Amino acid sequence: MPTLPQFLSQAFNGVALGSLLALISCGLTIILGTLGVLNFAHGAMFMVGAYVAFVVLAAFHSFAAALVLGALTLLVFGFALERGLIRLYYDRPHEDQILVTFGLAIMMIEAVHYAFGGESQRVPVPPWGRGIVHLHFFVYPLYRVEAIGLAAVILLAFYLLLYRTRIGLVVRAGIEDPLMVQLLGTNVRRAFMVVFSIGCMAAGIAGVIYAPLAAVIPNMGEQFLVQCFVVVVIGGLGSFPGAIVGGLVVGQILSLTTLFNPAYAQAAIYAVMTLVLIIRPRGLFGTMGRA
Amino acid sequence: MPQHPSSHSPVVGKSLSRRRILKAGLGASVAGFVLPRIASPAWAKDYPALGTFPAGTNGSSVFVGCLVPLTGPYSASGKDMQLGFQLAVEHLNDGSRVTEQIPTLKKGKGVLGKKIEFQVADAETKPDPAVQAATRYVRDNKAIMLTGAVSSAVAVALEELGQREHTIVMIGNSSSNDTTGKDCQRYGFRSQDSAYMASKALAPVLAKELGKNRKTAYLTPDYTFGHTIYASMKKFTEEQGWTTAIQQVAPLGTTDFSSYLLNIANSGADVFVNLAFGADAVASTKQAQQFGVLPMMKYVVPDISQFQAKELGAEIMGGAYGSQPWWWTEQDAYPLAKFFVEDFEKTNHYKPRWGASEAYLQMLVWADAVERAGTFYPIAVIKALESGQKVNSIYGEVYYRAGDHQMVRPVPVMVGKKPNEMKGPEDFYRVVDLVPGEQVLPPLNETGCHLQAYET
Repeated sequence: MPTLPQFLSQAFNGVALGSLLALISCGLTIILGTLGVLNFAHGAMFMVGAYVAFVVLAAFHSFAAALVLGALTLLVFGFALERGLIRLYYDRPHEDQILVTFGLAIMMIEAVHYAFGGESQRVPVPPWGRGIVHLHFFVYPLYRVEAIGLAAVILLAFYLLLYRTRIGLVVRAGIEDPLMVQLLGTNVRRAFMVVFSIGCMAAGIAGVIYAPLAAVIPNMGEQFLVQCFVVVVIGGLGSFPGAIVGGLVVGQILSLTTLFNPAYAQAAIYAVMTLVLIIRPRGLFGTMGRA
Repeated sequence: MPQHPSSHSPVVGKSLSRRRILKAGLGASVAGFVLPRIASPAWAKDYPALGTFPAGTNGSSVFVGCLVPLTGPYSASGKDMQLGFQLAVEHLNDGSRVTEQIPTLKKGKGVLGKKIEFQVADAETKPDPAVQAATRYVRDNKAIMLTGAVSSAVAVALEELGQREHTIVMIGNSSSNDTTGKDCQRYGFRSQDSAYMASKALAPVLAKELGKNRKTAYLTPDYTFGHTIYASMKKFTEEQGWTTAIQQVAPLGTTDFSSYLLNIANSGADVFVNLAFGADAVASTKQAQQFGVLPMMKYVVPDISQFQAKELGAEIMGGAYGSQPWWWTEQDAYPLAKFFVEDFEKTNHYKPRWGASEAYLQMLVWADAVERAGTFYPIAVIKALESGQKVNSIYGEVYYRAGDHQMVRPVPVMVGKKPNEMKGPEDFYRVVDLVPGEQVLPPLNETGCHLQAYET
């Protein structure tokens, strides 16, 4: 049996892991919830964020600049993508949306592969994140502790945007009844464009924050995308709070399972997902409404 | 993301995608016009049809299919291999300073007078796409030989396919003991030193350099390679008086190792043995440093990835002990390696890593065996490879053991150089020892290998 300190250290790690997963998943769930589009290119956008971090940090040595430019790049990219491609797919079946975003992911990965090669790129931890923190029972990397805070701040900002602003109101109304909102003279399509761009931006920000922790390679988004789907399914399709809770749950499962048998960590998240789907088919925070 | 449908299908035939498939230098078409057409030679009649023989040898060229990962966590290794194949085919078709030193390949006009044509398909670090592509190479291109791998799971799958199709499979990169152990095949040959060989060569050096009473923590990728190298490292380090504190098993392609590393940090171990490979090795090493596991524990990497030191920096890899099948400074020991390094660097502008060297080696030892057999008939070539005849190579003199098809070749043990010890931008390792293959081979009866009959 694991000792209490071991348990506590893994539980803390679960929070750290979970907050990062929540951050990556929130963009996916915002887009899914409002636009009904399952964005398979989300992992690739996360990866692009990490590469922007690599390029910007190499050039300017400023993590803040990397964060801002990473966010902006994906915001603009998301905007262009929505106008040029995704908007044509709103009224088409889910399979078409999956295929088009899946194809997009491959193109993005291959483009980055072509430009940077398959070797992993070095992204240093920012100077203020170097070193380890002594947390009574155990030590933990300072940057990962800071990343929890960073993720919390960004998730809060997204929450305020979606739930406390006019655009958020339009978006949420648009989910409920797009026709009625349009009849009332509001341009729902424009709101959707904003949502898609913001969802992509969230992936980009997550990529920047994660870059110093991971091996920055063209395929780095793949495993995250799969885990994000699990997060979104557990949390409830399209639910923003669901993504946060789902992220934390998955983080805990991944972390705590390794106390007993590390080989089962990945399998355990799917087992829990299955369990959630049996008990609450719409996920923890899923509600009736948009399927 | 599960898999890329596009990269599943290495396009064969005319519609080749530029990057996934690479056509070799001159290839058949040119040779077909230039060389006079020779009437069907006598040897073709002497042997019965088997596999792609003689169908694959009727033209003026023969086709070799290369399966390497160009995407996925091992893609950097795959690219290195691809460039190694390319250089080998150029050298065999057009002659070179290396082939001039090998009596059977002196002519420099392909193999048995036929130019080699080759294609590279993306195996994606997964067995299924590799087998699909290899099957196409056999059925459509009548491949006379298949080569490649990196992941041992892919290597084992390709060997099975080779056995079924009676097509020789020359495995370059693959370290699992199973490749020439319980999964060995009559039609499969492996040149990389096995996990057993690397561990046996490494363990005495570790005991000498790091002390006798060490406690180890292992990070193990969850597939054939990880499990066999863990078993071998455990066996040979424990023989040196070391103990095993903990093993953490993680799936291939893991991006966040934090929970495993926390357990390792809490394990009381003082040596961290990292068995992860490719991008996984980079991510786990980087995270191990962030968690303070490094430099708190001594670092050991029994199967060093080709670009690991470049990707992580000498600050992290400096002082790490490990093994990899070949390092370019071995050119000081082997004259042919020097030519190989120079020619490779001229074209590709970096020092070849062991992906390229293993790939290059595959082509040359196979070509040598075919020349000695005097035919492409697979059984004759297999017997030539099994004959124990030593071949002068970029690894010095090498040969295959007949009983399990493991190449007997030197096993280098090395230590990472710190930044101030490096004499150049790619001078990452000091070779501590080049252990002769014979000294570290597993006894044949312990390998679990039972080769099938030639015709089955």
